[in-house]
Amino acid sequence: MNTPVIALVASAAVLAAIPASADAKKDAKSQVEFGISVAQRGLWREAIYRWEKATQIDPTYAAAYNDLAIGYEHEGQLDKARKAYEKALELDPNNSQVRQNYELFKEINDRTAQKDK
Amino acid sequence: MIGPLRKTSSGPRRVALAGITAMLAALVAACGTDYFEIPIETPIQPKLDVSPFQRVLVIGFVAGGTDDVDANQETVRLLRSQLRTKSSLKVIDADIIPLIDVARDQSQGSSEESNGPRSEGGAPPRASNGNGGGDRTIQGLSLPANIKDEKDLEPYERLFANTAYWKRIGEEFQNPLIVTGTVLFTNRSTSGFVQRDQETFDSLGRRRVMPMRTYMERKGFILRPKFVFIDGRTGATMYSESYREEILYNAQQNTPALSSYFELMDRLVPNFLSALSSQKIRGTRVLLK
Repeated sequence: MNTPVIALVASAAVLAAIPASADAKKDAKSQVEFGISVAQRGLWREAIYRWEKATQIDPTYAAAYNDLAIGYEHEGQLDKARKAYEKALELDPNNSQVRQNYELFKEINDRTAQKDK
Repeated sequence: MIGPLRKTSSGPRRVALAGITAMLAALVAACGTDYFEIPIETPIQPKLDVSPFQRVLVIGFVAGGTDDVDANQETVRLLRSQLRTKSSLKVIDADIIPLIDVARDQSQGSSEESNGPRSEGGAPPRASNGNGGGDRTIQGLSLPANIKDEKDLEPYERLFANTAYWKRIGEEFQNPLIVTGTVLFTNRSTSGFVQRDQETFDSLGRRRVMPMRTYMERKGFILRPKFVFIDGRTGATMYSESYREEILYNAQQNTPALSSYFELMDRLVPNFLSALSSQKIRGTRVLLK
């Protein structure tokens, strides 16, 4: 007798979670978009704040990590940039644009780490 | 018999297609693009902490290789001019030391004054420490008269470990950061098969680019500098870095050695500067939605 009730409650919980998750994704996306618009105006710290927020809201959002990595790179925080790029690639390994950004970043990073050849 | 033309349905279909296209265009416009190219400037921290220094002395290099270029003179001039514009350190204008002679003097265990740098109006500094000896000289090592390759250069490297000598130079110039090292600029010629893209047109006039292996004789130069950064207060080496750059031309092409030297140095100068001053590297990245 309890089984249908449990099933009903579980279904309701799943249904309730779907819009919540969709809202979170929408919220994360709007943070990313706002970050892009301020970065284009040169406000990189604000952009980083927005992209960090987006990754907190949706930790599976590869584009947010990619943008965050670019922000860190621009601020010279190269360790953080590397981690963010790697996370973006972990989430979206086939994204050629993320990979290209990462390759360009690595070129600079490797050069700075270069000691005696 | 020719009857009346049948009314086809192409009219409404066309209207429907135009509607769909318009809707798609509106959708694309509403969604916008999903990526944005953005220029960035990555600041690179210097490899060395140069905060204890106000001045830098590019003193000279142990140079060898081709006689077409005086690699000691040219390297000192180039680095000084780069440091003047791209570093916060004041560049000391002093006579360039022929370090090969200094090394030879030390090798002979000479207690006499070596060919040291002359300060703006003063006497040349001593190769020895000037208080009764005690410099670690490079005695007992045979130094080749002509430096033609890396093997010839090797015995000269001991000069950079002679802390007493460098400390003396440092004292002479009020403890600057000292930049020295070795430069080997040599001719290179090679022959063999080289893969090149060759443009062809087929019978229909279509352009094709095919990789072709052709035998070529090429000549050029190799530049192998080693930059040594010495603390003028202690005479100790703070940091050193070595590079190798090469350029090859078609054997028929006659490129002057000096222009090749500058072309190769151009590639290395950003690396040299990044050792002692922060740099900004410009690039472009793609932001994603």
